[in-house]
Amino acid sequence: MWEYSEKVLDHYRNPRNVGKIDDADLIGEAGSLACGDSLKLYIKLDGEKIKDAKFLTFGCGSAVASSSILTEMIIGKTLDEVRQITNKDIADELGGLPQEKMHCSVMGQEALEDALKKYYGKDVEIGFAKSSSDKVVCTCFNVTENQIWEAIKINGLKTVEEVTNYTKAGGACGRCKGAIQDILNTYYKKQENESKLTPTQKILKIGKVIEQEISPQLQKDGGDIELVDIEGDIVKVKLIGVCSSCKNASMTLKTFVESILKTKVDSNITVEQV
Amino acid sequence: MIYLDNNATTQVDKEVLQVMLPYLETEYANPSSMYDFAKKPAEALKIAREQLRDFYGAEDVKEIFFTSCGSESANMAIKGALNCNKSKRHIITTKIEHPCVLNTYKVFEKEGYKVDYISVNSEGQLDVDELKEKVTKDTALVSVMWANNEIGVINPVEEIAEIVKSKSPDTVFFVDGVQAAGKIPIVVRDTQIDMVGVSGHKFHAPKGVGGLYVNKKCRLTPLINGGHQERGMRAGTENVPYIAGMGKAAELAKDSLSYEASEVKRLRDKLEQGILKNVFNARLNSSLINRVPNTTNIGFEYVEGELILLHLSDYGICASSGSACTSGSLEPSHVLRAMGIPFTALHGSIRFSLSRFTKEKDIDYVIEKMPVIMDKLTKISPFQDELNALRNLRK
Repeated sequence: MWEYSEKVLDHYRNPRNVGKIDDADLIGEAGSLACGDSLKLYIKLDGEKIKDAKFLTFGCGSAVASSSILTEMIIGKTLDEVRQITNKDIADELGGLPQEKMHCSVMGQEALEDALKKYYGKDVEIGFAKSSSDKVVCTCFNVTENQIWEAIKINGLKTVEEVTNYTKAGGACGRCKGAIQDILNTYYKKQENESKLTPTQKILKIGKVIEQEISPQLQKDGGDIELVDIEGDIVKVKLIGVCSSCKNASMTLKTFVESILKTKVDSNITVEQV
Repeated sequence: MIYLDNNATTQVDKEVLQVMLPYLETEYANPSSMYDFAKKPAEALKIAREQLRDFYGAEDVKEIFFTSCGSESANMAIKGALNCNKSKRHIITTKIEHPCVLNTYKVFEKEGYKVDYISVNSEGQLDVDELKEKVTKDTALVSVMWANNEIGVINPVEEIAEIVKSKSPDTVFFVDGVQAAGKIPIVVRDTQIDMVGVSGHKFHAPKGVGGLYVNKKCRLTPLINGGHQERGMRAGTENVPYIAGMGKAAELAKDSLSYEASEVKRLRDKLEQGILKNVFNARLNSSLINRVPNTTNIGFEYVEGELILLHLSDYGICASSGSACTSGSLEPSHVLRAMGIPFTALHGSIRFSLSRFTKEKDIDYVIEKMPVIMDKLTKISPFQDELNALRNLRK
């Protein structure tokens, strides 16, 4: 028996936004019947904003719950905002998923990216989405190198087993397990090189990312951010303007500021408000 | 709660529990001890061995061994026979065996044994001709399950035993009887079957006890070495309460075989027909003939099995699925794949397995709820066009 969170139970029992949008502006697809789960995501736009979203899913309880919560997460948001959604966000929003079921949240992200790709065009690089040049690693479940790379990056996966849980790759005949290990090795070798920043380089990079990438976003909403101190991997910041009184401030810090610093500078960074 | 997962495990019969209790409370002596206090436990083993002998229709109580479970019985039989005679290097089994046989075969395959896995047809019936062709003088062992756990199909093991022995008299023939025991007679007398394994908890004894019939002529190397228990064939102090319980359960099961064949079968057929009639995307996943009386396996097309189980569970109904998602593995049932069940139904396959404790009102309830569940779940499926086509086909 799986240990599903209350939220997963609620969403598979009473899935929200089930169905099809006949005049959908974007349709995203992921998975296949043969592989055991598939998702079709329908999006109706109002300019840049997602006015409505519906889904149809073939899959287990956590696949239905992931799809259902995804529609709730994207309705009312702009396309630019939903571009940032990862499988981890979907799983977190559900109050977590069993490790072996994480691939259900990945399917949600893939369907979303597939839809967005149709909007932004094929050349824009978005997370998991497959490109024609992308090499298929797992032929049983048709999982590409890029998809595995993204899953490792977003979820901090360390072992082949974890990669299988998140992407299904290696879960059938198991012949590609060596190739998955190679990808893991390459990824962590690359990361090791990156993390060889000197403390000064790191401080400079953090400052630069905050100034050039984070601050402009917050300014758009009438707020801003100020770097106060850096202690090892702890980045202390102060939110100013409307951000300082915003009730979602802690979420902004974690899901926006921290996640950008994690991907751009060092995955060990945590952000604290002072 | 409506329990229709009796191929997974069964409830302990109250009479069985009563037989066990003294050995868990006051009669705790080691049956090998030399004082009077040990007489009752020793006697309990004797009674249970006789009950199991009778259950197997075996000639001699010396042919009955107690184990801890069905998997141990299979391991003891397969490893025991192969380690006893290492000159032959070919072994045969079927594609639809339980993992306790398949994975034990894999061990020998890695050691260099040549293995043939015999196919089944779309109804799950074994290709006996293929098996016949594969048996040679170099075949050390053939393993065929008496009945399959997922689809309930019965293999003609008596006939297969004749075939194996006529082509190669030295070849050992092991039958995994776990899913047949208590559902159909598993009488070994007058057959050429060498070994049959059973598991107590599949016929209303508790978990943690199994049995193995080994024909007198068959030689085995013990799996567990140690003391003299089980005549040196399986060391370890006997699990007296559980063995006593399994003995009683075997006696009760033998007495209930006619009830299984008539009443349990009637309820199973009612459930099966009720679902196939009322649910438009349901299809039967096994042969109509030659099945154990308690099992049905139904595929619900374009809907995933775990999701069905979760919704059944919300109605208090317990069943199981061959879907990938339920097992934690990513692949659906090897049995249904061996049968070539189309993947539209493969992932949505549900097994209902009854017992002599199943009530008619429970079956009626499931027949009533299944269309309600499927009505809800088909609406979530992305394969609406395919489902509509099925719906029209039924009209």
